[in-house]
Amino acid sequence: MGSNSLHVLKGINFNVKEGELVSIMGSSGSGKSTLLNVLGMLDEADKGSYTLDNVPIKNLNEKIAANYRNKFLGFIFQSFNLINYKSALDNVALPLYYQGVNRKERVEKAMYYLDKVGLAPWSHHLPNELSGGQKQRVAIARALASDPKVLLADEPTGALDTKTSHEVMDLIQGINDDGKTILIVTHELDIANMTKRIVNLKDGVIIDDNFVEQVRASQYV
Amino acid sequence: MFNIERWQEIFESLNKNKLRTFLTGLSVASGIFILVILLGFSSGIQNGVTSQFERDAANSISVWTGVTTKEYKGLNPGRRIQLKNQDFNDIVDKYDDQLEYKSPFYTIWGGLVNYKNESGNYRIQGVLPDNQFIENADVSQGRFLNYSDVEGAKKVAVIGNKVSQDLFKGEDPINKDISIYGVSFKVIGVFYDPGGERDESKVMMPITTAQRAFNGGNNIRNMTYTVKMSDNFDAAVKRSEEVSMGIEQDIKQTHIIAPDDISAVSVNNTLEEARKIYSLVDTIKAVFWFVGIGTIIAGVVGVGNIMLIIVKERTKEIGIRKALGAVPMSIVVMILQESIFVTMFSGLFGLIAGLGLLELVGPLIESDFIKYPQVDFNTALTTVFVLVFAGAIAGFIPAYHAAKIKPIVALRDE
Repeated sequence: MGSNSLHVLKGINFNVKEGELVSIMGSSGSGKSTLLNVLGMLDEADKGSYTLDNVPIKNLNEKIAANYRNKFLGFIFQSFNLINYKSALDNVALPLYYQGVNRKERVEKAMYYLDKVGLAPWSHHLPNELSGGQKQRVAIARALASDPKVLLADEPTGALDTKTSHEVMDLIQGINDDGKTILIVTHELDIANMTKRIVNLKDGVIIDDNFVEQVRASQYV
Repeated sequence: MFNIERWQEIFESLNKNKLRTFLTGLSVASGIFILVILLGFSSGIQNGVTSQFERDAANSISVWTGVTTKEYKGLNPGRRIQLKNQDFNDIVDKYDDQLEYKSPFYTIWGGLVNYKNESGNYRIQGVLPDNQFIENADVSQGRFLNYSDVEGAKKVAVIGNKVSQDLFKGEDPINKDISIYGVSFKVIGVFYDPGGERDESKVMMPITTAQRAFNGGNNIRNMTYTVKMSDNFDAAVKRSEEVSMGIEQDIKQTHIIAPDDISAVSVNNTLEEARKIYSLVDTIKAVFWFVGIGTIIAGVVGVGNIMLIIVKERTKEIGIRKALGAVPMSIVVMILQESIFVTMFSGLFGLIAGLGLLELVGPLIESDFIKYPQVDFNTALTTVFVLVFAGAIAGFIPAYHAAKIKPIVALRDE
């Protein structure tokens, strides 16, 4: 970024094992989103190494990064980032399109994941016909559709009210129970407490990293 | 290109963005439509002007004879060369495909013309009907001479406007009898001449009649031909020089005149007048080319601009697609394929609409200066392709940049 380069992350060293549900916490400016972007290959670290599923992630050109993202990662964004002219079903099917899956199979798989997040009856609705919680569930289904190794969620509940947040967290916990590795960036402690491990970031360094007793979201739903 | 999945994706996106598709299509279609109409009318105006001035542009060649100045093949100088009907006919036969209008003249200078108590001296000319076009005479009352008058050597006359004013004093001269040297002729028409009063102080009658009535025999005084209009001035000069030289040689040969005798036969042509007309037509062509190219440039800029807006509008979508695993090239191809499809389709639509309108309205236009407005289909089609191609190039740059944007930037919440 021009001459005003800023070192956001200053030495992060941590491992996530398969099947973990980790939350990354920190106040704004702590570098938590940057960390997630590096993990998501949306951004590249200047130094250091990153290994995902025994594959060293380095020397990424655009094309390789795109393929890795498609194969390994599912994204969940705070603002959902659904394509607004595509139906819920088509949004979920989009990663499969980039995997080269044929249309029939795409529709079947997308339908399966939509059903999994409980939105099968809404499959042909456009995003603007859905509530915030429903949109986020479509986004989760989309993230799951390509059967990635890791789900990366950037403030997945940031745009949702408490009740809907808990519904979404319940869904995420369910997915984790099925064995999926999930990383969540959040600054809300109650959301973080619903994960199994909390990593606290401050000014670009990890200040603590603890396993916690998971609070089940289902009790609030 | 023929990946069915990709086309499905494209049709879906076009279908879901009807307004954007419609606006893009509309601007391209209307651009092509306007261009087609413009090209059509430019060709129409060109046709109209050409046909308006064709007559003036038709370079006329006049042949006069005089007295020989050189001895040749045992013949003395000082011989008067007399043109005959045969000379005129020979030239007509020989140069038929080069010549448009042709007329011999048998002229009496200052013939006495009477109507009742009025009289005057006017030039009396025996001519062929073609002379109306050679001299650009405009018949205001009655009619000009026709070939039946010539064949029957009818005693009819067409009088100049000046003659009509002098002798008839406002009376309707049609079907009245005038007498020339005591021979009476029926007036069948009155003509105006752009040459003014001098050229309107004439009485014209069939050449056959004039030769018979005034003891002309087979003699003619001079003859005039017009050469058909060529594509451009240089071609006109070349053609008229060829014809002039041919005529001069032929006459010298028949009448046994020394090839270098310049006063016995003179063949003149009026290229100066033609030059103006050709330069007018060239100017009109140039203006429409200029306007046409300007329109194409405006069209290209317009299409490029639309591409830019589309890409801008889709930045976020592109970011999402990239985050989901789209490689940059697939983004570029998607945007280009989509926009080329839209511009091509609407371009052809505009083309067909424009051609259709020209086809419908063209024949209804009743202006002397616009004739047969039409567009060469290949030219128009080429234009569409140029526009689409240039539009694609213009769209490629923003699409390429958009594909390079890091998804993180594209996805940043505003």
